[in-house]
Amino acid sequence: MIRNFDARSALLSVLILISGLAIWHFATHVPETGPVGVVLSAEQTDTLLGNNMAAEDIEFYASQGVAFPQLEQIAALNLSRETIEMAGGIRALGISVPDANSAPAPGSLFPSPAKIGVELWATITDPFYVAGTNDMGFGIQIGYSLLRVIIGYTLAAAVAIPLGFLIGMSPLAYKALDPYIQVLKPISPLAWMPIALFTIGDSELSSIFVIFICSLWPMLSNTAFGVASVRSDWVNVARTHELGTLRTALTVILPAAAPTIVTGMRISIGIAWLVIVAAEMLVGGTGIGYVVWNEWNGLRLDRMIVAILLIGVMGMLLDAAFARLQRAVSYVE
Amino acid sequence: MAKPFLSIERLTQQFPDGAGGTLTVFENASFGVEKGEFVCILGHSGCGKSTIMNILAGLAEPTSGVVKMDGMHVSGPSLDRGVVFQNYSLLPWLSALKNVTFGVSARHKGWSKAKVEEHARAYLAMVGLEGDVVHRKPSQLSGGMRQRVSIARAFANQPKLLLLDEPFGALDALTRGTIQDELIKVWSQTEQTVFMITHDIDEAILLADRILLMTNGPLARVAESVDITIPRPRNRTEIVEHPNYYAIRNHLVQFLGQRSKDLAGHGSDGQDQRPETVHIDKAAHAEADVDIEPEGAHLRAVND
Ligand SMILES: Nc1ncnc2c1ncn2[C@@H]1O[C@H](COP(=O)(O)OP(=O)(O)OP(=O)(O)O)[C@@H](O)[C@H]1O
Ligand SMILES: [Mg+2]
Repeated sequence: MIRNFDARSALLSVLILISGLAIWHFATHVPETGPVGVVLSAEQTDTLLGNNMAAEDIEFYASQGVAFPQLEQIAALNLSRETIEMAGGIRALGISVPDANSAPAPGSLFPSPAKIGVELWATITDPFYVAGTNDMGFGIQIGYSLLRVIIGYTLAAAVAIPLGFLIGMSPLAYKALDPYIQVLKPISPLAWMPIALFTIGDSELSSIFVIFICSLWPMLSNTAFGVASVRSDWVNVARTHELGTLRTALTVILPAAAPTIVTGMRISIGIAWLVIVAAEMLVGGTGIGYVVWNEWNGLRLDRMIVAILLIGVMGMLLDAAFARLQRAVSYVE
Repeated sequence: MAKPFLSIERLTQQFPDGAGGTLTVFENASFGVEKGEFVCILGHSGCGKSTIMNILAGLAEPTSGVVKMDGMHVSGPSLDRGVVFQNYSLLPWLSALKNVTFGVSARHKGWSKAKVEEHARAYLAMVGLEGDVVHRKPSQLSGGMRQRVSIARAFANQPKLLLLDEPFGALDALTRGTIQDELIKVWSQTEQTVFMITHDIDEAILLADRILLMTNGPLARVAESVDITIPRPRNRTEIVEHPNYYAIRNHLVQFLGQRSKDLAGHGSDGQDQRPETVHIDKAAHAEADVDIEPEGAHLRAVND
């Protein structure tokens, strides 16, 4: 039953993907609209032949969508087709040909799934090439972003979890610090960017700082909350066993609060990954967020979309890692 | 008279009543418990039983008064006082076995891992938990099993005093009976003193040497101390036939039904509030009056 259910949901996912790609494909599809040929009446053909125009030239230009009045003009030039084409074609000779007929229909500027597939394949097969400061493999760029996230996030965890522990274990500290946390938490991390750039200066450190600050609050408040709401019964168990503060913290409070703490960590990594893209767009230089901005400026929408796709996949992997951690520390009361 | 093993002296507990005043749960309560005794305390909900027990455990500070064990002041929890909490209080992220080794390794810091585990397993086996069950988390155990783990955890530490707060409250009659038997078995093999809260009169008579009766709160008092003059080993089907059984039971029912209310709500006027000893022994009278053939069982029934 369960396997059947999994199979059905997988099938449904694939169907959604296929129909999504199909809609995308048709929305961006450029039909092969060659020029629409013009059909001449026998009388018109005779007129042109009478003007010394070769029969195959008449047929050629008519099939290119050139109408009778213009054909008459061509005939009046009294030049062979080779000469006309060498001179740059009939347009170059000042004969106006209606665009709608002779030029292909304007296609969508948005890349088709096939085009993106090609670009994606190129990225996957060669993710780490370096062809210049602005032209590096997406693997390298995402590596830059990931490195910034990991540094900022680790620093935030190293501050938030011990601090949250202390705040959670002391009702006084909890109450005193809560207003600050509540005010600082909802500030958009990017709002810190100008302050960071002004005080730190270095753009690299500034984006790490922004990651640090945005990862800090969810971990801090979740740790404090988790620690503060550990059931007093469990703490009493530790007390009746004469456990010291440190052992109580490690053997009772930490495992009891772990699910809440890890939830905070998971929220933080999600926010950090959202924020690094925006921060790199602002700061520039390297990173997957910068790539999105750069490709947009170069109107390489296909590469931009591949980059966006990679952002999504990387975010999913990060979240999945924390989901796994969350399962490992969860317990049923 | 020598001081009892556990001595509760002029214990008073007040709480803010939530309306700006104070609620006096009990005042100047004084009583003692002898070493090796099994004492049950009966009283209506909210009279202050858990409050007394938390003070005995050292988990709560009384407003005034002292508790002494072996002549030492009780201040703060100790490994000498094991607690079986009303709601089991097992650590849900640890398996049954780990919950017990948690306690054992706290008690015996020098023991090797293997020794700790062996000791924990022995106590789990004593309460009937053996094999794969010990590796299950509390959430995967039945209520009765959890209760047994909790008892094993407390007993494995061999505390001098065991405090049990309505330990069988949530169990069905059958499981309850089994665990009661296990509790008595474990207690009789050791030298421990047990102080147990219960709402169940029959359970109290079956298990206790002595039953403390509390009046209703506020200003509750431990009004009576009823000796259970029924010999051990007791068997739940046989004790009802003992001449003292219904006399004691009627006395308890009558107290809880009527006198717990009548006696409630009186201040102590600064006096020690000591329970009155009640000794009901029909069997002793019967033997004194009518000379029945002196069968051993009956003679042993005379507790005094
Ligand atoms: N922390 C507290 N703050 C205020 N009042 C309290 C507190 N703890 C207990 N009380 C009050 O003290 C009284 C006794 O409570 P206690 O828990 O000791 O009752 P109990 O006899 O154990 O009842 P039950 O049989 O229902 O468990 C109750 O009226 C309760 O409202
Ligand atoms: Mg209670």
